[in-house]
Amino acid sequence: MNSIANTIHAVPLNHYILLSTIIFSIGVMGVLLRRNAIVIFMSVELMLNSVNLLLTAFSVYRGDAAGQVFVFFIMALAAAEVAVGLAIIVMIYRNTNSIDINVLNRLKW
Amino acid sequence: MTTLIIISVLPIVLLYLGLYKAQKALLPVTIVGMLIALAAAVMQWNTNAQPIYNGMMLFDNFSVVFSVGSIVSTILILMLSKGYFEKISSHIAEYYAIILFSLAGIIVMVSFHNLTMLFVGIEIMSVSLYILAGIRKNDFASNEAALKYFLMGAFSTGFLLFGITLIYGSTGSFDLDVIRDWVVTHPKSHDALFYTGILLIIVGLCFKVGAAPFHFWTPDVYEGAPALITAFMSTVVKAAGFAAFYRLFSVSFSTVSSFWSPVILVITIATLFIGNITALYQQSFKRMLAFSSISHAGYLLFAIVALGAASANSIFVYATAYSIASIIAFGALVLVRQQTGTDNFEGFNGLARKNPFLAFALTISMLSLAGIPLTAGFIGKFFMFSGALLQYKYLMVIIAVINAIISIFYYFRVIIAMYFRSAERTEVLVPAYYKFVFGFSVLVTIAIGIYPELISRLI
Repeated sequence: MNSIANTIHAVPLNHYILLSTIIFSIGVMGVLLRRNAIVIFMSVELMLNSVNLLLTAFSVYRGDAAGQVFVFFIMALAAAEVAVGLAIIVMIYRNTNSIDINVLNRLKW
Repeated sequence: MTTLIIISVLPIVLLYLGLYKAQKALLPVTIVGMLIALAAAVMQWNTNAQPIYNGMMLFDNFSVVFSVGSIVSTILILMLSKGYFEKISSHIAEYYAIILFSLAGIIVMVSFHNLTMLFVGIEIMSVSLYILAGIRKNDFASNEAALKYFLMGAFSTGFLLFGITLIYGSTGSFDLDVIRDWVVTHPKSHDALFYTGILLIIVGLCFKVGAAPFHFWTPDVYEGAPALITAFMSTVVKAAGFAAFYRLFSVSFSTVSSFWSPVILVITIATLFIGNITALYQQSFKRMLAFSSISHAGYLLFAIVALGAASANSIFVYATAYSIASIIAFGALVLVRQQTGTDNFEGFNGLARKNPFLAFALTISMLSLAGIPLTAGFIGKFFMFSGALLQYKYLMVIIAVINAIISIFYYFRVIIAMYFRSAERTEVLVPAYYKFVFGFSVLVTIAIGIYPELISRLI
């Protein structure tokens, strides 16, 4: 365990923060710019995973396990969300034969 | 805690009842179970609660009051659902079960004492709601509502989580008390992580409660979802969102309110104007209620901008008044829609002549939503405005009063349609359950309007 912590410590904390922020921003841009429901969905997962990375880094730097436990909560609940989300996308595909979110304009935005 | 356990076990029992085809027993079992949960919540009252499970949850008076409020509203909505879900599908046990799972999430949300539990509660509630919004599998509007709600909900959760992470990074804990102590011991710190974290949490929570500029999913989702699910989303869920918002900001961030209160002030004013002005142009009653729910989110944000000793009470009074009035409105919408097949205002033409009681209940509900004196809505607005005036936020109150005047216009459109427009129509059949819910809600609305002390000193 110590060697992993040492490896993580080898990179300064600021770099983790920057990396996670960049990945998070990529996720946000993906959600806002892409039109395919599955790709949007993947971008959301990217956002959540950047949060996981940052939590782990903070947790190691502070020597506090709570951050890593939170990562497990995020992973479990993200899995629950994936299950429901994919079911919704399949339901849409059955009705419209498309997963492009531009089809979804029956209700005004 | 007992309340939460009962509310979590009850849906599993209901699923078994559904499995063994005991359709008739579903509603009675649900209501009896929820009444037991209600009693368990009331027993917690004034027991001088301490945080339990390593500071994860705290069932204090605040959490008891909001749990009781959400359970009562959910019981009223479930009573309206008698005979409603059977028309959508034959598997009705799932509806009751998922609504109750969502309620369990709401109870976690109003009793959290650790940011982990805030996240878990919001997710339990939201994941259930994604399913409920899309529960009409072959109806395209319902599908669209589910997908929009899901994508926006997951997106906002990302912001909330990033905010929580940054706050953990600077304070080193998820516990609300530890975060507060950190803020108190670092009064002049300019920790960019911490302040960015607060802003991201505001973004995430504003998405969840539907405040402008993060409100754009609200009208579509509320219009596409089945009416009673919309009623649940716009009353119980919204009240819980504000309870969580208040709990987090009053416990942890109240000492740095000079930093975040201007941000929420701008959000509040934008929410009020966008909600009210767009509601003016709606032809559909359901969509009008969706926009009015946005503007009510604006009034509820007042208590957070002007954070003070009475804020928790004003949120509770306002949320109760708004929930009860909305439940009447959605119940009436379900009945009128069943008869006329339309959500539009024209569907209400001439309702007063054939159904005087239904029209009277809907009138009381609209008066309460508009904030006319002698109804609960007026008391709610009164508490909100007096809280803001105590902190000399005059401009904000003036803007809110202008908005209240605008809102009278669209609420009265329904009343005018019912009493002064005539149309050929037959009497709408009002089932006994609906009569009970309408009667109870009207009584509560008027009782709070005349004796606000009934609920105004609870917290």
